[in-house]
Amino acid sequence: MFNVEKIRNDFPMIKNAGCIYFDNSATSFKPQCVIDRVSEYYTNENCNIHRGDYDLSVKVSKEYDDTRKTIKKFINCRDKNEIVFTHGATSSLNTVAYGYGLSHLSKGDVILTSQVEHASNILPWFRVSDLTEAEIRYIPFDEDAKFNLEKYEECFKDRKVKIVSLTYVSNVMGYKYPMKDIVRIAHKYGALVNCDGAQAVPHMKVDVEDLDVDFLSFSSHKMCGPAGIGVLYAKYKLLQDMDPVWLGGGSNARFKSDKELILKESPDKFESGSPCIEGVLGLDVAARYLMDIGMENIEAYESELSEYLVHRLSELKNVHIYNRNTDTAIVSFNVDGIFAQDTACYLNANKFALRSGNHCAKLLIDLIGTNESVRASLYFYNTKEEIDRFVECLKDITLEKCIEAAI
Amino acid sequence: MMDKEFKREIMMDHYTHPRNKREVNDENYLKKHNASDSCIDDITVYMLFDGDVVKDVAFDGVGCTICTASTDIIADLIKDKTIEEAKEILRNYYAMVDEEEYDEDILEEANAFDTLSKQANRIKCGTIGIHAMSDIIKQYEER
Repeated sequence: MFNVEKIRNDFPMIKNAGCIYFDNSATSFKPQCVIDRVSEYYTNENCNIHRGDYDLSVKVSKEYDDTRKTIKKFINCRDKNEIVFTHGATSSLNTVAYGYGLSHLSKGDVILTSQVEHASNILPWFRVSDLTEAEIRYIPFDEDAKFNLEKYEECFKDRKVKIVSLTYVSNVMGYKYPMKDIVRIAHKYGALVNCDGAQAVPHMKVDVEDLDVDFLSFSSHKMCGPAGIGVLYAKYKLLQDMDPVWLGGGSNARFKSDKELILKESPDKFESGSPCIEGVLGLDVAARYLMDIGMENIEAYESELSEYLVHRLSELKNVHIYNRNTDTAIVSFNVDGIFAQDTACYLNANKFALRSGNHCAKLLIDLIGTNESVRASLYFYNTKEEIDRFVECLKDITLEKCIEAAI
Repeated sequence: MMDKEFKREIMMDHYTHPRNKREVNDENYLKKHNASDSCIDDITVYMLFDGDVVKDVAFDGVGCTICTASTDIIADLIKDKTIEEAKEILRNYYAMVDEEEYDEDILEEANAFDTLSKQANRIKCGTIGIHAMSDIIKQYEER
């Protein structure tokens, strides 16, 4: 049974933020159990891992490595060694681009991506394209940035696509793209799929075995875990076939003065340097916390919130919604005659935390015809009552009030 | 300190009826494009000089309330001033935004922005046109 009031009690920031927080696509609040876990490490377990010949280090090393088992269960992969800890989704996506793309792409190949991507899933590919001369191609979308599988499959007809790099959920439009079909079609033409799961994994059940996706990236901080830690999932044979972007301590088995270097097996070869240990331990608790609530329950509740938010916002004649048929609790809008940042400033003055701007998805302008919007992104601890207060506040917006909010 | 009501009136007035907002296609004007990486602001400022006098200031493009009003007000203020006087106005405006000592009298209507420093995410909006003006003056002086 999903009990939002009970859940809200788990998050101290809900009481302490002093505002209604609708910026969950940027980062989520953390439950007390995650905060306690991080604090516990620094209070009672502070040590380095994989390096110490003493009980404490052995214990914490095991806890760190066991987090791979938790994440394995969380995304349903076959092998815990398919889980690489990174600094976040950005770092995971860069690892795929440089670790796989640079060594497997060349002139004549195509990197297939889209105009809704976050900068983190497009800029590394720009560089890979420059260095390998592989071409970047954009999937033609329907109006309103909706996915069209037929148009997508057309992109493979010249058999040049080697990798598809695509977000599961758009961070601006909130659309969930048909990842299982996307993967099926790509594999039919011998291409791999790199999935940016940053906006998907925190909000719904993502099952990599069912999707058969080749790479999946996500961040801990958007899913109730600590910042500075993320996950790269890749099929094990691909991880073995990839080069680590960073080298250093912890990732090598041995090296000699003649430059001979033998790396450790995956995932260790990707984790050079002392890791963000407390981040991994906190992520373990965050993933368990989400699994205890149930990703299906979270998705169902957020879907209810999303429908309610769109329904209530639609009552306001002066509000233009860009993604009325959003699949998630991400809604992007503008108020007629008021620039996005002026609206966000007014909302801030009235104690609502939202983000305005282009949300790091600067190619989206061409698709939806606006380069700035205000984004409300909700999580499973938000409520319909908060939505009501938000809509009441937006009802009263005027240009004068926006200016007053800034002075 | 101006009262809030008066500030709002000044800003509304300059945002909804900017006096200096127009496209300039005159080669005698020096120009500078300035855009924000976080807000919608994307404007070009044009300035015409005659010896050591700022003869005209104009701007066009897209700007939010804070950007448009601040650019328009400062354009009014530095017009028909000597370059030294204009620089002094800009210096005082920057000082106000940086919460340093400044001369209220010299800033006239620009005092409407005397609490902009408290709105960290709007400082960029309130300085984008002013940065462009400083750059153009520098351009002119370095010719």
